[in-house]
Formats: sequence, C-alpha cells, structure tokens
Amino acid sequence: MSDLRELYQSTILDHNKKPRNFRVLEHPTHHADGYNPLCGDKVSVYLEVDGGVIRDVSFQGSGCAISTASASMMTETVKGMAIAEADAIFHRFHDVVTGEIDAEPSDEDLDALGKLAVFAGVREYPARVKCATLVWHALRAALAGGAAPVSTE
Amino acid sequence: MGAPFDAARLREEFPILHQTVRGRPLVYLDNAATTQKPRAVIDALVAYYERDNANIHRGVHLLSQRATDAFEKARGKVARFLGAAETREIVFTRGTTEAINLVAQSFGRAHVGPGDEIVITALEHHSNIVPWQMLCEEKGARLRVAPIDDDGAVLADELVGLLGPRTKLLSIAHVSNALGSVLPVRELCAAARARGVPVLVDGAQAVAHAPVDVQALGCDFYAFSGHKLYGPTGVGALWARGALLDAMPPWQGGGDMIANVTFEKTTYNVVPHKFEAGTPDIAGVIGLGAAIDWFVRVGIDAIAAHEHALLAYATEALRGIPGVRLIGTAREKASVLSFVMEGVHPHDIGTVLDQEGVAIRTGHHCAQPVMERFGVPATARASLAAYNTRDDVDALVKAIHRVREFFA
Repeated sequence: MSDLRELYQSTILDHNKKPRNFRVLEHPTHHADGYNPLCGDKVSVYLEVDGGVIRDVSFQGSGCAISTASASMMTETVKGMAIAEADAIFHRFHDVVTGEIDAEPSDEDLDALGKLAVFAGVREYPARVKCATLVWHALRAALAGGAAPVSTE
Repeated sequence: MGAPFDAARLREEFPILHQTVRGRPLVYLDNAATTQKPRAVIDALVAYYERDNANIHRGVHLLSQRATDAFEKARGKVARFLGAAETREIVFTRGTTEAINLVAQSFGRAHVGPGDEIVITALEHHSNIVPWQMLCEEKGARLRVAPIDDDGAVLADELVGLLGPRTKLLSIAHVSNALGSVLPVRELCAAARARGVPVLVDGAQAVAHAPVDVQALGCDFYAFSGHKLYGPTGVGALWARGALLDAMPPWQGGGDMIANVTFEKTTYNVVPHKFEAGTPDIAGVIGLGAAIDWFVRVGIDAIAAHEHALLAYATEALRGIPGVRLIGTAREKASVLSFVMEGVHPHDIGTVLDQEGVAIRTGHHCAQPVMERFGVPATARASLAAYNTRDDVDALVKAIHRVREFFA
C-alpha cells in the first residue's frame, strides 16, 4: 500500500472527495473543455479574468481521482494569479509530473509548486500523467481563447 | 476432445504467467484485450525464424517451399477451425479490424450506393462502426443501429425490423467486447437470409470462448484476430463464402495479388491471393496455425465449460461486493466482467488493482456508444481465458476490496 500512497497522497484523496470550486461560473470571460479520449475524462474550466489577473476560476466534469484532484487544486492555485504567473506554474507542473526534464524533481521545483508537489508521484505512473495534466491544458486553452475543446491526444 | 481439463496445469504452458509484477504474482485478467501465448506458439515462431524463414509463393529454393507450405497449411487449419467449405475461403489479414475494412472497401464499395443502408448494433466495437461510417459517408448511405436492453442484450426483434429492401449488409459482433453479451447470431443470420441480406460476424471476442461453425451460423463473412486466440498479434483472418470472394474486387494492389501486370492492364490472382497484397506476416500466420492446433488439442468445449463456470463464480463474487455494479448482465455471456464502483473512477480501480498484481482493462474498451448507453464514462473490465482459475478471481475480489478500503 505504501506505493499507492505515493500516488494517492492524502491531499489528492481529499480533493477528489470534496473538489473545490466545482461549479459553473455565471459570467466567465474565458472557458474551455478538456477531453481525454483514452479514458473518457471530461473537464470544463471557467475563468473570470480582469486586468490580466484570474479573479475567479471553477471547473466541472467527471474523471478519476487524479484528474479531479488536479482540477480542484489547479483552481485553488491559480485564483488571484496573473496569467503569466499561472503559465509559469503550468510549465513547472508539467515538467515535474511528466518527468520530461529531470530524473527526479528538484527541490526548487517542488518548492515552487507548493501544494501541487503532491502530484510528483504521478511521474512513476506514465498511464496516469494525462489525468493530472488534462485540466491544465484546458486552463491554457481557455486563456488562449480557443473555442475548440482540447484533447490529450 | 482433449485430455481432462486442468487450468492450473495449463498455466505451466504459459511462460509469461510465472512472474511477479509490483512484487506480487501476476494475475492476468485482460484476456479480452489480448490473450497470453502458450509455449507451443512461441516455439512455432522461433522455429520458423530459425529454420524456415523465406518469402512465400515465388521462391524455387527449399526454404521458400517450406515457408510456403507452412503458411498454406495454416490456412487449412483456419478453414477447418471455422468450418469453411473450402480452404480458399480464408483470407489472411492483420486482424479483425483489417478484415472488416476489407469487406467495407471491397464488398461495400461495390454494393452500397446512395440511400442504401447498413445495419449494426449498439454494442459494436469501434472497428465494426467506423469502417461502415466511412463507407456510408463516401456513398451517401445510411448506418442504422439496432438497440440493446439494460442488460446489454441486443433487441433481436428491433434489429430484424431494421432489415429492409435498402439493407445491403448486417454487421454484428458475435460476442460484445465491452459487455460480454453473446448475440443470437444463428437466428439473426436466418432472419437476414430470409430478407436477402448478407451478414458479417465480428468474431474477435468469440473464437476463443466457444466453437464456431460458419456454416451452422449461416453468416456470409466471419472475421477474427489471432492474438485473442492465444496466437501472435498482427494476424487474423476473414472467412467469406467462396462465391462472394470471387465476385468481390481487390482492395489493395501490389505483389502476390496479381496474375499478370503490364502498364496497359493487370489481371488479378485467384481467391484468396487476390486479397493478400504484399508479403504477409508469415511467421504470424504460422503462429496462428500453432495456436489453433493448441486450442483444439486442449479442447474447445472443455475450455468453454471451464470459462463458463468461472464466469458464473466471478459474477457471484462481484455481485457480493457492496458498491460494485456489473455493466452487461445479459443471460448469454462469455468471458467478460465489466463493472463500475460507486465513488471510484475505473482508472483508479485499475491502478490499485495493478498495484496488487491484477491486470485488468479500464476505459471505454473501444465501444464509446456502449458507455453512453449505460451512462458511464468508462468501466473496469476483467476478462477470462482458459488458464484463469478461481484463485485469479479470488485475487481480483480481494483487490477490489482494497480499492474500497483505499477510497472509503
């Protein structure tokens, strides 16, 4: 069970059970859908952006524990951030969970990710990486103003 | 008939089963995706490459002759296995998907026109949906879909009601890969025949679980894959009535499928070679022949009876777990246990089970319309084969309890 706890950290289980900001914004300035055709996970991201700052953010959808928790924690993380800041966090998050940059994530990366560092264990489960990154791709698509749903494939 | 059936002893013939994954003994329950291969099949592949490897059908040298003989002998094995009237009725393909595409591109393009209809069912694998959609789009034809009930059984009366004067083909699964439902193929073929509608049966999920006799079924095309029948990946076969194949145009051009080529005119080879352009997967075909030999030797009826009893045992066991819901509860089923768990996504089930050494499939199983029909994004699917035992099912059940604890 210890290996499972590496992947499913208690924070992840908590956010899966009680996702934060799980709703539709009434007047979003930005919105995008994300879809993972391999597992059927769907997520919609809603944003209220004002003066380059994400004033409010929410999501809805259905997915596994990893994708639900990732979406929930993404909303908590980027709320109040400038778009450029959110973008920087996305890149760091992406590098850490995909394991594309380093064999092991650096302390600096983990510090910068804060709470999101609990997803570092995902890198050991290649089949689950897209579960963690789906909502972030949807966030970026929403910010870019694209109307077409983003797909992990 | 083979010797008395003993699944535990049968396991000895499968080298891959004797390993640990994630520190636990492997429990392989993803057989609907692909079965493992017995030593006899692995040996046949090795022996071919170590002794006989050469290109087939044209060489005058001994190795080419041996390879050709082994290749054509495998065709005979497939023909006998399916109850074909003639060996030439077997066309080798890359698998079921390619076999269906062959029929769509050859028979379909020749016979389907604007306003015509092709009938399928709501439980089909994507490989028995998309080739027909492509054909319908090209020809301005219409794809009609026969519904299934809440247990995952095809509504036969409604299906037959869809067969009309514009129906050019009925294309149905023999066994559903996502639900395990066994279709009443013989009855449906009889109804189609009475209306002059040819029938293609997608046997990918059926051949490893029950005897198949295409004459008794009364179908016109039957497709299957070797790798779901204890054989290698990348090889499968299409059976079709000889007269149909004779009349069908070729679909891929190239070597082996021709009789004579000039820049002015090419004449085509005879059936089945007309449909086998290019160098095929020779080793794969020979391996498929070895798989059929092995399967017949063990005993198809004995395997079917063993799996049937194991399916009943597993169904009972899964029904006893709180929060588990079986998707696909048709009266006639083979091999497949699709299920969902309250409050746990199938992907998470799959990861926890993997950690326990239990290999299952999670996702939409290339049958997204089935998922939609049952209102689930995905399912977890355990699927049985000849070498599975009650111990495997017990390990599955224990691991599912772990899932419940973990996500409680």
